[in-house]
Amino acid sequence: MGAATQQWYLKKQAMADKHFITDYCTIEKGRIKRNGQEVFAASDTSFADFAKQAYKHAETEYSKFFKMDNLSKLSFLAADLLLKGQPLDGSNNTALLFANISSSLDTDVKFNDSISDKDNYFPSPAVFVYTLPNICMGEISIRYKLYTENSFFIFEAFNPEFFANYAAILLDTSRADKVLCGWVEFFKDDYKAFMYLVSKESGTDNTIENIQLLYNS
Amino acid sequence: MEALKQELKEKIINVLNLEDIAVEDVNDNDALFGDGLGLDSIDALELIVMLDKDYGIKLADPKEGKAIFQSIETMAKYISENRTK
Repeated sequence: MGAATQQWYLKKQAMADKHFITDYCTIEKGRIKRNGQEVFAASDTSFADFAKQAYKHAETEYSKFFKMDNLSKLSFLAADLLLKGQPLDGSNNTALLFANISSSLDTDVKFNDSISDKDNYFPSPAVFVYTLPNICMGEISIRYKLYTENSFFIFEAFNPEFFANYAAILLDTSRADKVLCGWVEFFKDDYKAFMYLVSKESGTDNTIENIQLLYNS
Repeated sequence: MEALKQELKEKIINVLNLEDIAVEDVNDNDALFGDGLGLDSIDALELIVMLDKDYGIKLADPKEGKAIFQSIETMAKYISENRTK
């Protein structure tokens, strides 16, 4: 970066509104933590059992949860923790910014299995509809009546720099009042969700270092 | 026919992941879509696949499903008259 560009960048950074992480959660290895505190655990069980138990523990009345694929269930459980109690009248201007490594591969493999035998060829429409990663954001948007920006990206690894910058752009350009950032990775029962809300309210500074720190916590 | 109705209730709950509904909750004449079990369009496609896979019935026109999938009663009647396995 040249000196002039660097000066412009620093000036722009100084002028921009600050953004804060107001709430975050992680789901992995049968444990759910919100803002660092464990809120649910069910170890030594499959994701299917864990998700069912976690859903019942959350006391969220939404029977469509059981129809979702694993990636959507994981995403829904995390988002539900952070969005519960927010208005459901369509006024919630929270954008969704999600990413992972495996896209929807877990469900893609299942769907492929259902069409690989020509003598037993019965592709499931209910599985097929989840063979895109961004469907999980659709499920959350339907549940929370979010008519907002949403994007799903695929990376080789967790990318805090991307999350920090993209969320800042959404907030600075008034595309959203809040951004729900989500790293939602699922493949073959190996899973991790890390989700957090960013806004101009007070909280932890939305910096790359802090995002990485919370992801690792 | 009663055995087929019972089988259909179990299959529908299982295939469509209706975790919060028990077999006893489903009456033979309850609407499967809309205000009844609340099934949606993807569920309808899944039921068409189930007819093919489990009873050897291929629906040439998916629109036929509207009459067939009205209730457990109508499904059982159609299956018993058209099944090939």
